[in-house]
Amino acid sequence: MATAAKKAPAKSKSESKTAVPATPKPADFSKQEEFAAYKGMLLIRRFEEKAGQLYGMGFIGGFCHLYIGQEAVVTGMKMSLQDGDQMITAYRDHGHMLAMDMSPRGVMAELTGRRGGYSHGKGGSMHMFSKEKNFYGGHGIVGAQVSLGTGLAFANRYRENKSVSLTYFGDGAANQGQVYESFNMASLWKLPVIYIIENNRYAMGTAVTRSSAETNFSHRGASFKIPGIQVDGMDVRAVKAAGEVATEWCRAGKGPIILEMQTYRYRGHSMSDPAKYRSKEEVQKMRSDHDPIEQVKARLLAKKWASEDELKAIDKEVRDIVADAAEFAQNDPEPDASELWTDIVL
Amino acid sequence: MPIEILMPALSPTMEEGNLAKWLKNEGDKISSGDVIAEIETDKATMEVEAVDEGTLGKILIAAGTEGVKVNTPIAVLLQDGESAGDVKASDAKTGGDSKPAPKAESSDEPEQAADDAGGKAREADEEAAPKEATKVAAAPKTEIAADPDIPAGTEMVSTTVREALRDAMAEEMRRDPDVFVMGEEVAEYQGAYKITQGLLQEFGARRVVDTPITEHGFAGVGVGAAMAGLKPIVEFMTFNFAMQAIDQIINSAAKTLYMSGGQMGAPMVFRGPNGAAARVAAQHSQDYAAWYSHVPGLKVVQPYTAADAKGLLKAAIRDPNPVIFLENEILYGQSFDVPKLDDFVLPIGKARIHKAGKDVTLVSWGIGMTYAIKAEAELAKLGIDVEIIDLRTIRPMDLDTVIASVKKTNRLVTVEEGYPQSSVGDYIANQVSRQAFDYLDAPVITIAGKDVPMPYAANLEKLALPNVGEVVEAVKAVTYRG
Repeated sequence: MATAAKKAPAKSKSESKTAVPATPKPADFSKQEEFAAYKGMLLIRRFEEKAGQLYGMGFIGGFCHLYIGQEAVVTGMKMSLQDGDQMITAYRDHGHMLAMDMSPRGVMAELTGRRGGYSHGKGGSMHMFSKEKNFYGGHGIVGAQVSLGTGLAFANRYRENKSVSLTYFGDGAANQGQVYESFNMASLWKLPVIYIIENNRYAMGTAVTRSSAETNFSHRGASFKIPGIQVDGMDVRAVKAAGEVATEWCRAGKGPIILEMQTYRYRGHSMSDPAKYRSKEEVQKMRSDHDPIEQVKARLLAKKWASEDELKAIDKEVRDIVADAAEFAQNDPEPDASELWTDIVL
Repeated sequence: MPIEILMPALSPTMEEGNLAKWLKNEGDKISSGDVIAEIETDKATMEVEAVDEGTLGKILIAAGTEGVKVNTPIAVLLQDGESAGDVKASDAKTGGDSKPAPKAESSDEPEQAADDAGGKAREADEEAAPKEATKVAAAPKTEIAADPDIPAGTEMVSTTVREALRDAMAEEMRRDPDVFVMGEEVAEYQGAYKITQGLLQEFGARRVVDTPITEHGFAGVGVGAAMAGLKPIVEFMTFNFAMQAIDQIINSAAKTLYMSGGQMGAPMVFRGPNGAAARVAAQHSQDYAAWYSHVPGLKVVQPYTAADAKGLLKAAIRDPNPVIFLENEILYGQSFDVPKLDDFVLPIGKARIHKAGKDVTLVSWGIGMTYAIKAEAELAKLGIDVEIIDLRTIRPMDLDTVIASVKKTNRLVTVEEGYPQSSVGDYIANQVSRQAFDYLDAPVITIAGKDVPMPYAANLEKLALPNVGEVVEAVKAVTYRG
């Protein structure tokens, strides 16, 4: 008994040797990076506002989940990627696609169900893909993309390339069983996958404290020896710094890592959600104190890297891109009826 | 009285095995728990432990004997005070013939009487017959129609379905470095049913991947790898467990090509044993052919013969779509002629006329074919000339072959083991009534498993499955020979 008791701590000591990365300091952004982040996030914001508007006008149907408020997450992560890295997420996916440089016209036309959409109108808001841009969807079943993203990482390891799979899911999906099945395999096989948990505090209408026994999502990999970092997901510099730590971790062959992005969605879960489960004050406080775009704007102005006029010019440029996408998406024809029978099997 | 040590059954479907080695000699003292012999099945080498204590009086089956039937006495154990003289009497009494303990009771189906194998009724019934049929050429048997996909004069090699499936995977893995196999126990254990035997040794752990017991997760990982362009073969230990993974199979694998406007899909195979095995009860005995046949974006293959298993699995691995490949545990050990060709690939979506006939069309697939073939032999004695079509692929379905046959015979019976409501046979009947109604001389009869979860008891299990008598009666009914 005594020897066994002695042995145990020694063993656990050796196991805990794997250096767990700490939350890095927010990255120091150059002027160019601040501008890129500002423009990237603004494009998502304006695009989503337009999508909301087109939904209200009946141009967009079905389910439509807007990303407004969470823009820093995908924008900062994209800034830490290399060519070949893949991205996969659930149904709140418009921001991810724009961050991966997919065409606003193609995304918006898919939202309106037109032939110029990424899936020729057959996918809609929740099902869009771009092989060319390494975007693997766009998945409508909560949590399913986590196994799929793990499979992308499996392919990377199989091919011995250095690509990393960025697998996004929310605080709600973090309670799905297959997430942990995937964690186990990813850790067992040392797969290059970053699990990015976008904790926007509400799984549809259920606050994390009501749905999750462990609300520190960076700890969710503990049973699988997957390290995790909590990140201020409203600060694009913090996201980029964490993204760099995580991609390096994966590229070094250390296996998966979790980034808990503490973020917030301003709108309801979907267009039909009035979001009565939280106060207006709570939303207003996030907007006024933590808005990811306003933070960059304030820095640009404070450092005198940009004038109000220059920022307005960027705003105009972004609005023009979005207006063009909306124009295209409203006027592009619907898919030909023959499209019903294409792409079922090869 | 001396105790007989019987040849044990070491798996639900084991019917016979080889007595590989005796680890004890005559005269040795045996304690309960001692390993006394090693037995080889087609899946594994297993140790036989003594249950009772005593002295090994006589070895009845010599080491190296092959094909020893389950329940054959293999040795005699002497108790205190007993001598070798007692063994002689015991030996003479048993005669070395198999006498299984539990008898299947109370069934009035026609072939039940001839079948006294009790607990092992199903595999004894199903597995033994075709084996003999293929190995004993002299016996009067159905002339199997030549497969037009096999060139005349091709050398044929007797191969089990198990070997054929393994060969198909090995050949495709040699051919394409993107093909890999993943699943529970596929690598180091060599496959729960030994379908992946030898693959780890040839291809290594990178391409033969043992997964944790985590069907939902590894099915999704497989689909993700396929979306990235690899060609996974995902083995489910049985398709019953694939229910855990059905969201990934349907929502991710089957639909992505469509949802992405053709940009990416899932070029992969989901394979494993499907349907009832023997005495494994409700949760492990279900035929998923009708389930998967419902889903656009999937191909569904359910082979019967080893040749079809090989040619179609190779095709499935090459197919750019997700293919559900439904095998059957009872068929794994059965031998069939497989053409000796360097690259034998069969077309998915094409039925095979197993036996040509003029009076009635009998459509089946997978293990359903065993009923069809036995029924045909019975019916031939009555002068009814049955045409047997092995559908081989459920989706896309070769209705052209079925309808052409019905137009010739004007009668149709289908046979499957799955549940009756919304069965594959129901779909065939519907399509035939729409496309060949005027040719039908009798209503179509669809034979399926009974509308009950699979029971455990041997007699009830037998009642829950289709039987040859039902097929015979159905054919007599549609030919008005009742």
